[in-house]
Amino acid sequence: MIKAILIFNNHGKPRLIRFYQYFAEDMQQQIIRETFHLVSKRDDNVCNFLEGGSLIGGSDYKLIYRHYATLYFVFCVDSSESELGILDLIQVFVETLDKCFENVCELDLIFHMDKVHYILQEVVMGGMVLETNMNEIIAQVEVQNRLEKSESLPFILH
Amino acid sequence: MALKIVKGSIDRMFDKNLQDLVRGIRNHKEDEAKYISTCIDEIKQELKQDNIAVKANAVCKLTYLQMLGYDVSWAAFNIVEVMSSSKFTYKRIGYLAASQCFHESTDVIMLTTNQIRKDLSSPNQYDTGVALTGLSCFVTPDLARDLANDIMTLMSHTKPYIRKKAVLIMYKVFLKYPESLRPAFPRLKEKLEDPDPGVQSAAVNVICELARRNPKNYLSLAPLFFKLMTSSTNNWVLIKIIKLFGALTPLEPRLGKKLIEPLTNLIHSTSAMSLLYECVNTVIAVLISLSSGMPNHSASIQLCVQKLRILIEDSDQNLKYLGLLAMSKILKTHPKSVQSHKDLILQCLDDKDESIRLRALDLLYGMVSKKNLMEIVKKLMLHVDKAEGTTYRDELLTKIIDICSQSNYQYITNFEWYISILVELTRLEGTRHGHLIASQMLDVAIRVKAIRVFAVAQMATLLDNAHMLTGNTQRNGICEVLYAAAWICGEFSEHLENPMETLEAMLRPKVATLPGHIQAVYVQNAAKLFATVLKSQEGNTDSTTAQEASQLMIDRLPLFVQSANLEVQERASCILQLVKYIQKLQQKDVEVSEEVCALFAGELNPVAPKAQKKVPIPDGLDLDAWINEPPSESESEDEQPKAIFSKEEPKHSRPRHTEVDEKELARRREARKQEQANNPFYIKASPSSQKVYQETPGVEHIPVVQIDLSVPLKVPGLPMSDQYVKLEEERRQKERAEKKKKDKKKRKEKRSGRGKKHDSGPESEEDITPAHMVDIVTEEMPENALPSDDDERDPADPHKALDIDLDNLESAGKRPLADSEKLPVRSHRAAEVLKSPAEDEEGENVSSLEPKKKSSKEKREKKKDKDKDRKKSKEEKKKKKHKHEEKEEADLLCGQADEPAFQSEETNEVVTPPTSTSADEAATVAAAEAAPAPGAISVTTPDSEPEEPKDTEMEETKSSKHKKKKQKREKEDKEKKKKKKHHHHHHHHGDKGGEESVQNGTVEEEEPLPPMSNYCLLAENSYIKVAYDIQGNLQDGSQVVVSVIFENKCDSFLKSMEFNVLDSLNSKLQRPEGSGPHDSLTIPFQLPPGVSNEARFVFTVQSIIMPQKLKGTLTFIVKNEESSTHEKLDFKLHFTCTSYLITTPCYSDAFAKLLESGDLKSSSIRLEGVNMPFHHLLARICFHHHFSVVERIDSCASMYSRSIQGHHVCLLVKISSQTVSVDAKCDEPTLLGNVLDEIKQTFSQC
Repeated sequence: MIKAILIFNNHGKPRLIRFYQYFAEDMQQQIIRETFHLVSKRDDNVCNFLEGGSLIGGSDYKLIYRHYATLYFVFCVDSSESELGILDLIQVFVETLDKCFENVCELDLIFHMDKVHYILQEVVMGGMVLETNMNEIIAQVEVQNRLEKSESLPFILH
Repeated sequence: MALKIVKGSIDRMFDKNLQDLVRGIRNHKEDEAKYISTCIDEIKQELKQDNIAVKANAVCKLTYLQMLGYDVSWAAFNIVEVMSSSKFTYKRIGYLAASQCFHESTDVIMLTTNQIRKDLSSPNQYDTGVALTGLSCFVTPDLARDLANDIMTLMSHTKPYIRKKAVLIMYKVFLKYPESLRPAFPRLKEKLEDPDPGVQSAAVNVICELARRNPKNYLSLAPLFFKLMTSSTNNWVLIKIIKLFGALTPLEPRLGKKLIEPLTNLIHSTSAMSLLYECVNTVIAVLISLSSGMPNHSASIQLCVQKLRILIEDSDQNLKYLGLLAMSKILKTHPKSVQSHKDLILQCLDDKDESIRLRALDLLYGMVSKKNLMEIVKKLMLHVDKAEGTTYRDELLTKIIDICSQSNYQYITNFEWYISILVELTRLEGTRHGHLIASQMLDVAIRVKAIRVFAVAQMATLLDNAHMLTGNTQRNGICEVLYAAAWICGEFSEHLENPMETLEAMLRPKVATLPGHIQAVYVQNAAKLFATVLKSQEGNTDSTTAQEASQLMIDRLPLFVQSANLEVQERASCILQLVKYIQKLQQKDVEVSEEVCALFAGELNPVAPKAQKKVPIPDGLDLDAWINEPPSESESEDEQPKAIFSKEEPKHSRPRHTEVDEKELARRREARKQEQANNPFYIKASPSSQKVYQETPGVEHIPVVQIDLSVPLKVPGLPMSDQYVKLEEERRQKERAEKKKKDKKKRKEKRSGRGKKHDSGPESEEDITPAHMVDIVTEEMPENALPSDDDERDPADPHKALDIDLDNLESAGKRPLADSEKLPVRSHRAAEVLKSPAEDEEGENVSSLEPKKKSSKEKREKKKDKDKDRKKSKEEKKKKKHKHEEKEEADLLCGQADEPAFQSEETNEVVTPPTSTSADEAATVAAAEAAPAPGAISVTTPDSEPEEPKDTEMEETKSSKHKKKKQKREKEDKEKKKKKKHHHHHHHHGDKGGEESVQNGTVEEEEPLPPMSNYCLLAENSYIKVAYDIQGNLQDGSQVVVSVIFENKCDSFLKSMEFNVLDSLNSKLQRPEGSGPHDSLTIPFQLPPGVSNEARFVFTVQSIIMPQKLKGTLTFIVKNEESSTHEKLDFKLHFTCTSYLITTPCYSDAFAKLLESGDLKSSSIRLEGVNMPFHHLLARICFHHHFSVVERIDSCASMYSRSIQGHHVCLLVKISSQTVSVDAKCDEPTLLGNVLDEIKQTFSQC
């Protein structure tokens, strides 16, 4: 199970947070801060797994993260997930973002948080991996975008 | 209307959308909070409007603010409004917001049920999808209950997109509403084979999550998963399945055996590192679960270790990390294989990545040997110096101590070195592990007598330099070592070079700043030192030193008398008065040293940690009874947090305690003052006791400037452990040189030149002798310690978890089942599971299932033994020694006896008690369903014994339950293997000096043995055939187990089978508690056409010397399409005397003794016309009558067996031209007569 997915930038500013277990808002912010603290002090050439992190807690949990340019993608998972599998999944997710936003950069995430959420929803659902096939993910996202567009069309016509 | 919409859209144009909000926030970096609060006000306004588009826009912005940490739950109702919009665009916004901020206590959730239901059944699949996604985040028990059915329907939706979402969300539904699991499970299982890979993957995902928590309940799915594993190409699915198998194998070792091959193939073939890694992990799990008695898997271990080495050597840090992680799993069971990669792991200690270093540290524990301990620790010490973070440094410290102290200091050759290491560690600043170091110091000094001189010297230096350790006392854990130092100096003060100096060091005023429990030890041990000083001055005409010592004590102790700590105060005042008295005597020139020393005479020995537990409780002592009425709660002593000192000083007070005591202390002090004032005999302290120490002239009153250097000073006299490493190296070299000389001499004598390895290669472990002979004092145990078996058991032993106390369950009510112990059938245990009455029923059911479990466990143990024996027998064969085999060898020979054991494990169908409620019934059926399946996949056990035709029939028993093509294929495989395995028989040839002799229980085979089976026909009619076999219960002298195979011969379904016998006075069928003596037992399975299955029944017997027959009936219902009829079959269960015998190995010397003892009555029979080779004859006796061969010489053999009640039965079998004479001895003539009759019978039949 995935317990949380956090995306924040090199300064710890959250760009997307998705908790699959309830935490109050202030707790969420504290978790982000702590996770950022843990992750940011690590070199880029060390491993992508982190144990501990008291907040998200429990020995069963691990932080698995990737660092892309200005953004950290952090997944907090328990032992039922394969470490390397999750790393691949992060890659799939980022590549999907790249396809959907055409050369994704931090600004896309900043201004289109909702869209990023919708894409993520096609990858992970309720803390479980829903789809790992990028083409399938993109196809579903696009169909829904078209649906949205078709709904806004009559709006302009009025 | 249209106008309104137009107006709305114009309004909207002036509203901020999400992008505007974000831009605004970015433009107001200085007053972000203020800007956002105005935005929130705007949003509130927007939410008040009727236009849904405006509302949706507002909600979308709120979602963003929520991410920034703003609580938006006040808008929950608006979110629901947006969710219920008919437009997908808004709906999606609403559900997203809900999934981000709704949780179980959001009360508007209950308003959403109908809306969600509507969305779930929407014709637009994306409406449904959005609803499912949202629901997965905020599902509550109520929603789960109300919507479970709708979601279940969606699992069969035409669109795979919906199916996969519905399948995934079921897991969340199960968690919140466990009752839904059972009804939904069949459909979920069906989805494992869904044509769409996404749906399949989702189903695998859900079942893996479920099974991870309750693996037992999912064993039945193993064959299905096995199929998926061999057919799927989706790595994601494969990883999940392989991980699941990793969780299942500990429960079912035979599954593991089956898995090794496909996993090995995957390891070889896959290019995906993630998959490879998980395969390796699961193979490791399998190997761990098989670690006993699977000698031929070293290849797999080797493969794993090799692959892991590749991972560790990879430049990718992730692979390195995972490689080390997996290595540590192997280390537990196969340390040798890991040790060969020591070089690599040591390298990882230098890695820049802390995660990797920590993993490598974990591994080090198993890497050390006598040879490399110093080197490794030296390396670690370097790291300790370099380490920046305290967490990592503390981790290093504990690891160093762990490594050195493991298995009773097994690897330490030089304790001086170890003490130096400990002393060096005390220079760590800010470590939390002072008490750890202290306990090590104490332990070593107490237990290694030879080191005491050295230790005492070191500790004295430490005490002298105490100021270095107490820089900032209270939060510095390291001052704990002073506790150890003071105690060691005091207790072993006879070794001190200059006790007076140490005494002075221990009484410095600075000591009063130490924590109370340490001060107490200081005071007490100062007294010991004082005694030593007096003793050393004895006979000395000049008594100034002794008097100086007394004066020193009298001067300094008052400081401690005033201590706020009760313990310190009490000890100090006692000792002060004592010293004052001694001083008086000294002034009169009276020799006192002997008396003073007597105070501390006697050696303190270490006490085993378990010693207290082992003291037997005397009769009539109730430890739980109150001696006095319980005191008020404030006085209750809670357990001491740090138990390490308790063995030496069980009463030292805790710092925490002092606060509590403060008032009490003041009160007592007051009371004491009063008392003292009134007591004419009390020697009053000087009126200005407070000033005493301030005015005392002494060195410590010269103000000492505390130098607080961050770099610890290298105090002269403190040892440097490094020097020992060098010394040790030299010493070893010298030893080696000497050894070489010796070796050369030897070799010259032998003139054998083979292997120069000896002198050039590294010395082996045994070659290293300790620097000084160390006498490790063993820990003391109470005189009449109670023996217990679990002593040696490693707490990390995975089998321990299986060691569940089931006996307590039997006598119901003794210990009620805890929630976590309940074994709900296919229901997930969630934290917030509501208690339903059904659950309680289940609990009862569990307890009534007890006998079934127990016996299967026994069997498993038996089997394990067997494996061991098998291994042994091979070794023995090699040795060609005249040793004796274990009883199982006979079984092994005939293969058959092995099978029923397997069977019982598989089917778990030993006497399942009749169930009353329907829920129970369902549970039992489910269990029965679950049980046999793993057997079906593990039919091909690599170690399977030679098979007899009868076995094939039994195989059918197993496989027929799951009539699938796959199983059939497996069967064929097995038969192929069978043929290969035929040589298995031939491993017991023993000839010794021309004279042929055979070992226990084995017979050499010139020709293959004819098939044999102990199963005899019990009864048969046109529907069913029943065969049985009786075996004694090794554990219980009054029990036998009857295994009954039921085979359905007809084309109809046989169900509701009930088994009953008429008990006799002597033999009784064990029925579950609560059932009457004439009740029949329900057989826990049904038989489809052509299928057979086995059940076991336990009988209690009183006397075993006579054979016996019990009448019984089997009733069952024959059901076919048209009708169902009730059928009945009578039978007679024949308990032969043989069935009370248990194959027991016996050594020839014990056998001879037995015969000599003269307690045995003898009897004999002759069998004429026996037309079979001698070894066949012996094999038959072994097999049918449960004997083992003690010794065989030519055509003469001695055999042995034992009854379940312990009667010895000895046979001497001779053959000469078709006549066999059997001379027998037994301590029970009736039994012997009957056994002989039965043997005769056996041979008359053939």
